[in-house]
Amino acid sequence: MHEVDMTRCLLLSMNQWKQRHAPHTPRVRRVHLQVGTFTCVEPQQLLTTWRAAVQGSWLEGVGLVIDTVPLVGRCVVCNGTYKPDPGQAYRSPCCDHPLEEIVSGRELRIRSVEYSLDTATDFTPANPLTTAAAV
Amino acid sequence: MHMPLQDTLGLNLLAANQHQADHNRDHFNAWRLLCINVMSSPGAGKTSLLERSLASLASDLAMAVLEGDMTTQLDAQRLEAVGVPVVPITTGRACHLDAAMVSGGLKLLQQRLDPASLDLLWVENVGNLVCPAEFEVGEHRKVALLSVTEGDDKPLKYPVMFREAHCVLITKTDLLPHLPVEVERIEAHIRAVNPRCTVIRVSASSGEGLDSWHGWVRAQQRAVCDPKASTGSPARASAASPSLVLS
Repeated sequence: MHEVDMTRCLLLSMNQWKQRHAPHTPRVRRVHLQVGTFTCVEPQQLLTTWRAAVQGSWLEGVGLVIDTVPLVGRCVVCNGTYKPDPGQAYRSPCCDHPLEEIVSGRELRIRSVEYSLDTATDFTPANPLTTAAAV
Repeated sequence: MHMPLQDTLGLNLLAANQHQADHNRDHFNAWRLLCINVMSSPGAGKTSLLERSLASLASDLAMAVLEGDMTTQLDAQRLEAVGVPVVPITTGRACHLDAAMVSGGLKLLQQRLDPASLDLLWVENVGNLVCPAEFEVGEHRKVALLSVTEGDDKPLKYPVMFREAHCVLITKTDLLPHLPVEVERIEAHIRAVNPRCTVIRVSASSGEGLDSWHGWVRAQQRAVCDPKASTGSPARASAASPSLVLS
């Protein structure tokens, strides 16, 4: 359940980000992540641990949007890109070459934060999954 | 009315861990100390291999071990018996070591010795083919073990671990005559996900491949700690050892 530790890292980064806006407390609507499919992260687990971790904190109710980034390799023989298939041992279908270069799929990134510094701005819960969990 | 704002961060999701890992590595570099992170599934033979390697390499390398285990200190006791300083790190429910845990282990190690007097620090991670692959601890090299009893499909099932490794050791090769496993197929699957890593077949029981493995370790130690030296014993750090600060 390493998603717990990943969520802890995410919260630390968010707390640091919040300090950049001091003395204001930004009202966050959504946090956008990019998670590659060639990582050890299960997005649903990450959503679950996020919902539990932010309860009672300044991030309670904030949506977590996870954009999944597919694994794409580049065949170093013909320079073509392809989607590596575990059933084909991740080899390039064009030249049957091993997975040497990864173009995408290793992303574990906090892409952006949607927020407001205006306390009057009406932010409704943004992420349906988070909203459902809150209910 | 204020419009919602958006900050583009592009920040590593594991930035907090990465920061601590980089901090650990800075200390390793200041101490001119190679750090190797040893990872595998439970029972692949990490501790048995380290027992043999510590005994063989001790003649020319000063070493210590940070021993990660979820609940016991059994492995730490086995390695301590070889005569090498070992600091156990009991992770509790955590299924991997992270950089902060290793930093804590380093502080305990510093109470026993000056890390600058070492050439090589082993980190034996918790047995797990998934989580340790994503959490750097400040290591210079990652080594993954795969025993022949685990079957040839594991590099395809757990590709991140084998992709991340600088060296993959196929262990327990003395058992091959008794198993319906083709070691060539294991190698092919490792190279399919990581064509650039070093692959060595070893047996801690028979001693097969240990000379090659130890040669690889010595070469990494020279490359990291004394890259200008082409021959001879690796240099030790002569500068005062920096104190470790947990950030």
